[in-house]
Amino acid sequence: MKLLIIEDEQGLRDNVTQFLQKEQYTVEAAADFHSAMEKIALYDYDCILLDVGLPDGNGLNLLRALKSKQKRDNVIIISAKDSLDDKLEGLNLGADDYLTKPFHLAELNARIKAVLRRKALDGGNVVKLNNMELDFNGRALCIDGVTIHLNRKEFDILAFFVVNKNRLIYKSALAEHVWGDHMDNADNFDFIYSQIKNLRKKLKDHGANLEIQAIYGVGYKLTV
Amino acid sequence: MKLLNHTLLYLSASLVFILSIWAVVFYFSMMEEVYDSIDDGLENYKMLIIKKASRDSLLLTKSRFDESNYAIRPIDREFALQATEQFKDTSMYMEYEEDYEIMRMLTTYFSTPQAQYYELKIITSMVEGDDLVADLLHALLWLYVAVIASAFIINNWVLRKIWRPFYQLQHELRGFKLGEDKTFNPPQTKVTEFEDMNNTVAELLKANIAVFQQQKQFIENASHELQTPLAIAINKLELLLEQTQGKEAQVQLLANAIQYLERMTRLNKSLLLLSKIENRQFSKEETVDFNERLRRQADDFEELLHYRNIQLDWIDNAKLQGRFNADLADVLITNLLKNAIVHNYDGGWITVTVGKDEFEIANTGRPQPLDTDKMFTRFYRSADQSSSTGLGLAVVKAIAQHYQAEVGYRYVDGLHRLYFRLPHLM
Repeated sequence: MKLLIIEDEQGLRDNVTQFLQKEQYTVEAAADFHSAMEKIALYDYDCILLDVGLPDGNGLNLLRALKSKQKRDNVIIISAKDSLDDKLEGLNLGADDYLTKPFHLAELNARIKAVLRRKALDGGNVVKLNNMELDFNGRALCIDGVTIHLNRKEFDILAFFVVNKNRLIYKSALAEHVWGDHMDNADNFDFIYSQIKNLRKKLKDHGANLEIQAIYGVGYKLTV
Repeated sequence: MKLLNHTLLYLSASLVFILSIWAVVFYFSMMEEVYDSIDDGLENYKMLIIKKASRDSLLLTKSRFDESNYAIRPIDREFALQATEQFKDTSMYMEYEEDYEIMRMLTTYFSTPQAQYYELKIITSMVEGDDLVADLLHALLWLYVAVIASAFIINNWVLRKIWRPFYQLQHELRGFKLGEDKTFNPPQTKVTEFEDMNNTVAELLKANIAVFQQQKQFIENASHELQTPLAIAINKLELLLEQTQGKEAQVQLLANAIQYLERMTRLNKSLLLLSKIENRQFSKEETVDFNERLRRQADDFEELLHYRNIQLDWIDNAKLQGRFNADLADVLITNLLKNAIVHNYDGGWITVTVGKDEFEIANTGRPQPLDTDKMFTRFYRSADQSSSTGLGLAVVKAIAQHYQAEVGYRYVDGLHRLYFRLPHLM
């Protein structure tokens, strides 16, 4: 899988590159509008992370150029503007997703995986992990072929762990992903723990071959 | 008091003063003229009588006024020589008026060629001073009323006409709000003073708009510019966190640092949201069903409520709907619900009551009422809530103001009750 990150802030570019390389992607980076334009013209990417606020041009114009060339690269817009109009415009122009700064890297990872999953249509949007199958379309979990009922939030938690497997997930990243970004009171993240305890029990009861580790005061980690 | 009434008040007060002085001066100068002319007449009469007496000595025996207006009596020579002619006011019974009336009397002395000395008294009727004063007062009163009435009418007409540009400016200013995309059009006028005022106001507003725009721009830019460094810092710490796994103490420190950066992010986002609400950037409206939306938002808090063993009860008295921006409705509800949970104790309860034009969220909590003056201001938080931004209720207040809705707090029966009442026209 080949990704391109178009971002003028070096710090952010380095973070994302470093993080995504660990996911075994080939990551290329462009720091400005013109070098991005060149790369887009020359190569095909599976997913492009596009910062719309570039110093030498609007990122949305890159998106327009891409779509006018009939390219099928997936695009996730990254913007510092948390504005609905911007979001709608980006999505209307053919972007696949929209992420507002600041974001957790685990969240970015989940978004990229979701986009890539949707692209690989033949896969039917199912992720297999050891003896477990997670069907993203049907929002269902199967362990050893047995369907297990999960409520909406339990599924979201498990899915977030699965796409970020073997990574330490910071608790607020999980809370924001599952409960939205108004669930932000750091003092109250303890309630997540009880949710995870339930999930863990369900997985264990059905013999899932994985473990959710809690790292006290920090977050969680799914080890396969 | 209206400008018109102000002018009238000053005008009538000063007119009372001016007219009174004028009346006094007028009275005395008129009386002087009257005396002057009467006295002249008496003098003239005196000459005629003396002339006639020198020819007709019978005249000298007329010692009573009777039907005529003079009397003559003989006097001593000594007395006559030291006496002087004098005019004086006296009173006399008038047959016609059947009353004593003021008369002007000239007392003079003369001698005949036979060295006989006589005293001559001539009288003539006088202007009746008290009647004159009464007439004068009467006329004055009418004059006063007439002047005030015409001043009122003229003033009214003139004020309306001359001050029209002023009222237009007033109207324009009343409709003007900083931050609205409305240009200020000063009314056209030929009056120099108004033109000056219009230009001054226009200049002032222009400067204000510019400052306001700059400030708006600054808050927006500052918040946007902060997002990226915050994102980078948080992400770097997340990467470091992964690399530090296993080293418990360092991991805790990093997690703590992330926690504070996230708090800063929340502050930043809330400030941005506040300035967006105040800049009216949430214009899109739709019919929002508050009963449904409250439940949906409460659903997100289900696990938290369960964890803290807080019971949530619903009382739907009516259907509450209104034209609202959907995002703002969510922010409003989330902030109020979160408030009710955060400031609650474990095992407490929350009651959401929805009425025809308001909803109320009541919660258990600390057993004393909150400071209603401060609770909606920015950065106000109770001592035990160090991790909250202190902006939640400020955002609620800003949303209420945006919709001219009412948000309020009361502490009844040991419950903290926050209500949000939609304006009637929604």
